[in-house]
Amino acid sequence: MTIRHHLNDDLLIAYASGNLSEGWSLAVATHLAMCSTCRQSLAVAEAAGGALLEEIEPVGSDEGAWEALKARLGREPTPPVQPKVRPASAVIPEPLRSYLGADLADLKWRRVGTAHQIRVKTEDQETQVRLLRIPAGKPVPEHSHGGRELTVVLTGAFHDEIDEFGPGDIEDADGSLTHQPVANPEEDCICLAVTDKPLRFTSRLVRLVQPLLGI
Amino acid sequence: MPAQIKGMPVMEKRSPSPGEDIGARIVAIAASADMDAYEALFRDFGPRIRAYLIKMTRDAQVSEDLMQETMLAIWRKAGQYDPARGPASAWIYTIARNIWIDAWRRQRRPAIDPDDPALSIEPEPDAPKQIEARQSQEAVRRAMERLPAEQIDIIRLSFFEEASHSMIAAKLGLPIGTVKSRLRLAFGRLRAALDEQQ
Ligand SMILES: [Zn+2]
Repeated sequence: MTIRHHLNDDLLIAYASGNLSEGWSLAVATHLAMCSTCRQSLAVAEAAGGALLEEIEPVGSDEGAWEALKARLGREPTPPVQPKVRPASAVIPEPLRSYLGADLADLKWRRVGTAHQIRVKTEDQETQVRLLRIPAGKPVPEHSHGGRELTVVLTGAFHDEIDEFGPGDIEDADGSLTHQPVANPEEDCICLAVTDKPLRFTSRLVRLVQPLLGI
Repeated sequence: MPAQIKGMPVMEKRSPSPGEDIGARIVAIAASADMDAYEALFRDFGPRIRAYLIKMTRDAQVSEDLMQETMLAIWRKAGQYDPARGPASAWIYTIARNIWIDAWRRQRRPAIDPDDPALSIEPEPDAPKQIEARQSQEAVRRAMERLPAEQIDIIRLSFFEEASHSMIAAKLGLPIGTVKSRLRLAFGRLRAALDEQQ
């Protein structure tokens, strides 16, 4: 598969510097798991972080701190490392699979209009994270965003007014965009959608039932 | 202690320490619980990790605690350090950063699992080969030396000060578009520098 839509430098550096909150970071990490090119870019960004750490002006004196560290090292033995259990194969990559608690075949979907969704829980108050399954050839309700939306395609593909997005592709849409994503006709499109506030659906009917659906 | 350097640009004037053998020290810690190597690493990086955390938290006591946590994590995770995956200073940076996120922001940091069976391994036709850690460390440093001060300032602010472009823009008295384009330029040059030397 060829990924055409990558992380932009703003997102990559915000993620590398720890300045991106958990919800957005989950979208970034999902793309990274599917894109070796961006993993390479992340390595460059982290190398820049390391180089900056080397040339930062040191603060504080060492003696007391070294004694305190040695004492802690003696007091607190290294906890045993629990070997990580991994399945032989998987469709949804980490870290998303752990967030969902299951791989693709075992997900519990909830119907929302013509689509299905799963809410993904994070500690992050500023974002809303959902996994969406859009039926082949069907649109998701037209919406404009109150703010940013990051969408990462896991399987299938969708297109909107901007472009076409296939497996691994990430779309970074700002609040100015009202778009109508439509799943390609060949298969359902499963994607991770992170928004920074509940979507404002432009269809009045959808807006009326929105509180009932909890979307 | 290495000579301390103030202000920018300092990359070309920086003292040779923290040494070029940071990676060797981490390997020694992993191989034989080498206390001398650990102490040397602490004397180089402890005060730098503390300085980084003070920038991020603006709280001296919290920074001291998190610096100790970072140093403990370096001791415990030394066996996971893989020179093929990047420079040692980057490895130390990511440990300090993750401890800061965990403690200060109280959020998890979603990150890939390099051994996940679902991780893409498609070799892109122009995928860069893995590079020697020491080589890439040197390459990053050289590339950063060659960046204009205005670009390195923006990279430093992005990593060590305020996250948002609007805050960086306000601080420097620049339009947001300028901040973004400088960051992109700077980062593009770093990437190109690493691609070239392979
Ligand atoms: Zn990518």
